[in-house]
Amino acid sequence: MSRIKERQPMPQQPAEERIKNFLEVALGYSEEQALAEAQRCLSCKKKPCVEGCPVMVDIPEFVALAAEGKFLEAAASLKKNNSLPAICGRVCPQEEQCEKFCLLGKTGQPVAIGRIERFVADYEALHSNGNIGEYEGPKDPMLAKYGVAVVGSGPAGLTVAGDLAKMGYSVTIFEALHDTGGVLRYGIPEFRLPRNILNREIEYVQSLGAKIVKNVVIGKTVTIDELLSGGFDAVFVATGAGAPQMMNIPGENLNGVLSGNEWLTRINLMRAFRFPEYGTPLKKPKKVAVIGAGNTAMDCTRTALRVGAEEVAIVYRRSRAEMPARAEEIENAEHEGVKFHLLTNPIRFIGDDKGWLVSMECLKMELGEPDDSGRRRPVPIPGSEFIMEVDTAIIAIGQTPNPLIRTTTEGLKTTRWGGIVIDEATGMTSIPGVFAGGDAVTGAATVITAMGAGKIAAKGIDKYIREKYGLPVPSEEPVQEESKGNGQNP
Amino acid sequence: MKPDTHDCALTAAERSLREIVEAGATNKVLRKEKLSDTIVLFELDNPLIARNAVAGQFVVVRPNTLGERIPLTISDADKVRGTITIIFQVVGRTTMELARIKEGECVPDVCGPLGTPSEIENYGTAICVGGGVGIAFLRPITKALKEAGNEVITILGAREKSLLILENEMRELSDELILTTDDGSYGIKGVVTGPIKEMLDSGRKIDYIFAIGPMPMMRAVAETTRPYGVKTVVSLDPIMIDGTGMCGGCRVTVGGQTKFTCVDGPDFDGHEVDWDELKIRKAYYFAEEQAAKEMAAKEEN
Ligand SMILES: Cc1cc2nc3c(=O)[nH]c(=O)nc-3n(C[C@H](O)[C@H](O)[C@H](O)COP(=O)(O)OP(=O)(O)OC[C@H]3O[C@@H](n4cnc5c(N)ncnc54)[C@H](O)[C@@H]3O)c2cc1C
Ligand code: SF4
Ligand code: FES
Repeated sequence: MSRIKERQPMPQQPAEERIKNFLEVALGYSEEQALAEAQRCLSCKKKPCVEGCPVMVDIPEFVALAAEGKFLEAAASLKKNNSLPAICGRVCPQEEQCEKFCLLGKTGQPVAIGRIERFVADYEALHSNGNIGEYEGPKDPMLAKYGVAVVGSGPAGLTVAGDLAKMGYSVTIFEALHDTGGVLRYGIPEFRLPRNILNREIEYVQSLGAKIVKNVVIGKTVTIDELLSGGFDAVFVATGAGAPQMMNIPGENLNGVLSGNEWLTRINLMRAFRFPEYGTPLKKPKKVAVIGAGNTAMDCTRTALRVGAEEVAIVYRRSRAEMPARAEEIENAEHEGVKFHLLTNPIRFIGDDKGWLVSMECLKMELGEPDDSGRRRPVPIPGSEFIMEVDTAIIAIGQTPNPLIRTTTEGLKTTRWGGIVIDEATGMTSIPGVFAGGDAVTGAATVITAMGAGKIAAKGIDKYIREKYGLPVPSEEPVQEESKGNGQNP
Repeated sequence: MKPDTHDCALTAAERSLREIVEAGATNKVLRKEKLSDTIVLFELDNPLIARNAVAGQFVVVRPNTLGERIPLTISDADKVRGTITIIFQVVGRTTMELARIKEGECVPDVCGPLGTPSEIENYGTAICVGGGVGIAFLRPITKALKEAGNEVITILGAREKSLLILENEMRELSDELILTTDDGSYGIKGVVTGPIKEMLDSGRKIDYIFAIGPMPMMRAVAETTRPYGVKTVVSLDPIMIDGTGMCGGCRVTVGGQTKFTCVDGPDFDGHEVDWDELKIRKAYYFAEEQAAKEMAAKEEN
């Protein structure tokens, strides 16, 4: 069969339409497209793509099944390592992971692994008659009396909860907000990740027996020590990196200057774009500058367009090559009309006499020597100051772990910037019985790394509880053996 | 969720945390009282919050599934019954919606206790100042200051007599109680700063002042005490969303530094607060809030 160099294009809502709604932008492959795309795969023996996958999904296997039209089997294969495929297919930065290593990428376009993943996961959802996927695996009834508290209901927390509930543990997820999903709900807008998909994944975790208690802030409502002394045998901290970094430049507290978190939370979690039907208000912006160029920044620009902003721009101090957002989202933002002011750094917000933002003073930058991160450091060009008129400035330059847990848990070791220190092999922190994973450990990262950390910690927690209570340690599940084995022996 | 968990044989204080958690908090309104025409009290079933709540902390409440999240100070916590008391003044759409919840019904979302507890010490002589619905929030702090050994003078101010709530309870908690009304319908005619200034001028040794109430009143108290250098702590209530340090919407400038009220406060040194900025920030959504209020008022009729 001759190999087609180009991948199947992703059908999308046209840009001029989609900026008027919050419906999903990417419409997903048709069955024909999924088949055609899957058939591009070479089924490489060495599986280079798998190495790029943080959870080691057996990509050639599920893609081969999809190429044969066995979509349900493909989904089952995918789910051995990835419990949230419909989400990952939509939000993973595949161009930096699996697809980066795809052999086809050397001569043409890599297999659109993420798009096939998404198709397969959606296909399964559609063909399970609204059934959220019964889990029929073995649950060990002996484990039910052991309680595990999971702090945070983002991807890391959901993964741990799902895996431990499958084993038979009594799992309780504590979520600070009134709704679940973490960044998947309050950060990522529904035009990238429709809420029914997120809800379905959460219902699945609940169907496994995990209990979710919302409106509980660990560190405030109860502390980790209290959880441990109050009947829980282990705690998993998956609180993410939720504290917004501000710029600490003059004028930052003017009305009109918001953190990306506030902007997105108002819109995504509180649904302020439907004010006054919903109670949380939103000021309609006209000229918006979003500072930063990560996923949060892109999401801010695109939500700003959808709530009616006339002009939206990214202001970023480095160049295009350093922009950390997913390539597809940068492209989408561009198509939707977002402007990019690169090598530009705001130094001051300027307000009117009533305290409202009217403009922003910026400096032009150029790239100098590489810094610690290996990226070339932006250096200001003297005398390049200029004024940009804006009524709304959204600061999306990064998030750090919230200090709440760190400051209320004695003995919990953290890094200089507040990340929780863990044993990479088990996920255990400096406190026995307390585990952590996801953004709370790594700092702002990705959905799939958070999920991967959850997988490891679930095993670590199981091992810890079994050892603590002298329970028999079951032999490794065959599934894991298989995928590990495959990687090494072609 | 099992309703009526507070009726269990064991009191909330006796049950293990895991039991409490697994039973869940219903946020059922066990008692609803109207303290004045516009001020409403709810006693809510929430043993989890009641366990750890201390003076100066607040909860974030959402009145219904479409509603906004607003902070409300915890005015009392009963660890044995497993309940917390919140008191709010009906001023806008969200509080109107909250006030519609009947006794026996549940508040959908109540999250807390949030914020850093008030610093309670034996300062010597302390003045506790409460204005309007702020009086309700003064109670736990007054109580704590008294228990810490302070001589407590309480000054309560309101626009008119009907808004002067909790007079008897506050009298019991304080060594001395002074009342003021703007219109002179009760107590001293005038505002709370009158008696404060008088006391400071009289040379009486005042070591600590705590003020809670409408922003202009707290600001006026801070301005009154500034020349005398008496430590004056105020409890701020800017716009909030999450209440956990996640959004930064609650930013205030204190002593030239940006603080997140929900985690660094709500108590701050009143002499250090940038009041002009706070006033502007609180009015961020004024137009939208007015529109929403009118809408809610129409619904009410
Ligand atoms: C706007 C935005 C867009 C993004 N886009 C992408 C993308 O396209 N692709 C991608 O791979 N990654 C993306 N990311 C990153 C990704 O979402 C995160 O890396 C991932 O969600 C981290 O998962 P987590 O489970 O560690 O934490 P989170 O998802 O942050 O969840 C943490 C949860 O814990 C709760 N919590 C916090 N503190 C407490 C406490 N004390 N008690 C109880 N609960 C608590 C929080 O409310 C939250 O629900 C994006 C991030 C943002 C902000
Ligand atoms: S590297 Fe690309 S072509 Fe090779 S198996 Fe993986 S997806 Fe298929
Ligand atoms: S209310 Fe969001 S950070 Fe304080």
